[in-house]
Amino acid sequence: MNWRAVLAIYLFEMARTKRTISQSIVSPVLSTSLYFVVFGGAIGSRIEQVDGVSYGAFIVPGLIMLSIMTQSLSNASFGIYFPRFSGTIYELLSAPVSFWEATVGYVGAAASKSLMIGLIILATAGFFVPIQIAHPMWMVAFLVLTSITFSLFGFLIGIWADDFEKLQLIPLLVVTPLVFLGGAFYSIEMLPAAWQTVTLFNPVVYLISGFRWSFYEISDVGVGISLLMVMVFMAVCLTLIGYVFKTGYRLKQ
Amino acid sequence: MTPVLSVQHLNKVYKDGQQALRDINLDVAKGEILALLGPNGAGKTTLISIICGIVNATSGRVRVGGFDSVTQFRQARSLIGLVPQELTTDTFETPKGSLNFSRGLFGLPPDPGKVEQVLRDLSLWDKKDNRIMTLSGGMKRRLLIAKALVHEPKVLFLDEPTAGVDVALRQDMWQMVAQLREQGVTVVLTTHYIEEAEAIADRVGVISCGKLLLVEDKYKLMASMGQKQLQVDLKTPLTELPVTLAELGFSLQNHGQQLLLGYRRDDENIAVGAMLSAIHQAGVEVADIHTVQSSLEEIFIELLQESP
Ligand SMILES: Nc1ncnc2c1ncn2[C@@H]1O[C@H](COP(=O)(O)OP(=O)(O)O)[C@@H](O)[C@H]1O
Ligand SMILES: [Mg+2]
Repeated sequence: MNWRAVLAIYLFEMARTKRTISQSIVSPVLSTSLYFVVFGGAIGSRIEQVDGVSYGAFIVPGLIMLSIMTQSLSNASFGIYFPRFSGTIYELLSAPVSFWEATVGYVGAAASKSLMIGLIILATAGFFVPIQIAHPMWMVAFLVLTSITFSLFGFLIGIWADDFEKLQLIPLLVVTPLVFLGGAFYSIEMLPAAWQTVTLFNPVVYLISGFRWSFYEISDVGVGISLLMVMVFMAVCLTLIGYVFKTGYRLKQ
Repeated sequence: MTPVLSVQHLNKVYKDGQQALRDINLDVAKGEILALLGPNGAGKTTLISIICGIVNATSGRVRVGGFDSVTQFRQARSLIGLVPQELTTDTFETPKGSLNFSRGLFGLPPDPGKVEQVLRDLSLWDKKDNRIMTLSGGMKRRLLIAKALVHEPKVLFLDEPTAGVDVALRQDMWQMVAQLREQGVTVVLTTHYIEEAEAIADRVGVISCGKLLLVEDKYKLMASMGQKQLQVDLKTPLTELPVTLAELGFSLQNHGQQLLLGYRRDDENIAVGAMLSAIHQAGVEVADIHTVQSSLEEIFIELLQESP
């Protein structure tokens, strides 16, 4: 294992984050605060409580997940897409670095950044609503697993995309709707019965539900199933990455 | 001696059906400087890219230092430094950061001394902390070389290192290649400038339409292929060519002021001394003599015309 290469890639990516610190940290904090004002304030005054938790507090796990998923996707996809686009990837491809080492470096950096943002949002939320975390270990586990899984997914998108439009396409057209319809802002029990069934095909539901359970012990589906779904999703991403690396798909002509 | 680089039956067909390489076989000895000479689109970059692991071969194999470039890619690539044809740099990074990154990728510990030495060698030390986007084209080119050298490769690939480079930098580059050779580094460079191959290479490979037409010692190539011409300037112009000289193959040029004789360098029937005494015996007074050798460019054109 070429750990120095993994570290070099990781630090390179983290330096990129540092250069764009205002964009990468300030904007999620700002948008989360806006969500609190709009959803927590305006809607919360009408909904008041969901499953015995104040609406403002109820949406905190969903908001964190929303940020983590979108940030992981955009970071990891851009991290590998840009060197492909600019041509600097030649150096990585011609170095004694295995594809798995490259993945650990890129995905590790993207996931670290998402984690940081997730924790910052959690702290920000603490200013608006009282938050309790019933199962801190589970919370961290969901946070870490989701960051890694969506960073892997983003990494795949960054390898697949051959222009900037495609890079935005999947996050915009697929992931954002899934996340919004994944119960970030409501309990799926609040939906009509037919829609509840449809919702169960949305993998994001499981992530948000499990994560919320680690806070308030309320969930739409069992926490074990949630954990299993994250693992399945991660396994799918890893398999696809394995295929990419075996064939050199989109990385080597 | 086993070659430091060995390419066997290498073929490449790109996805769009374009055959970029056709059965390339090539051995390069340690410490050698090989110039791959060929027009645009000949397949030079493709060949280098496959050796370095950037492009997958369709068939065939490559060994670097005895290591297979696919199954033992780690060992093989550790020996390689690559300076790509395109100026691709991380615009936001600094030269120093960029060199540290290169060392890291090659699994080497940080070495500020080595980084400083390479940056100084390539006259980039005073730019070490500037953003790369503020560097000129020539500086970026040197930075790419620095990145390839900072992990101390045994085989250095330079893909068109002097394309679009000014005369001074080209001279520097040639000097650098000579120095690397002294340190035992093997250099493979591609170029479509004949003078470049002529000036620095030990051997020249001519590549066209994906085929390696020949690989030959530079001097042998010029000797076997090159036309030589004996030019004799006369003190007083001749109105008519003496028969004895015409029989030897001379012709009269420049309004009778110059005798010309073309011959192949390896033609053993041509003895320049005998020619001169024949001129003397014909009673022609000689002002000056010179021989002219055809350049690689002419050889190259000749080769391309011969190949189907
Ligand atoms: N990525 C690619 N996809 C398809 N064809 C390519 C690709 N890269 C190069 N080629 C084709 O392969 C041939 C050789 O190209 P290249 O190796 O770049 O030549 P050179 O470096 O000698 O100019 C050309 O016909 C070129 O169009
Ligand atoms: Mg080229």
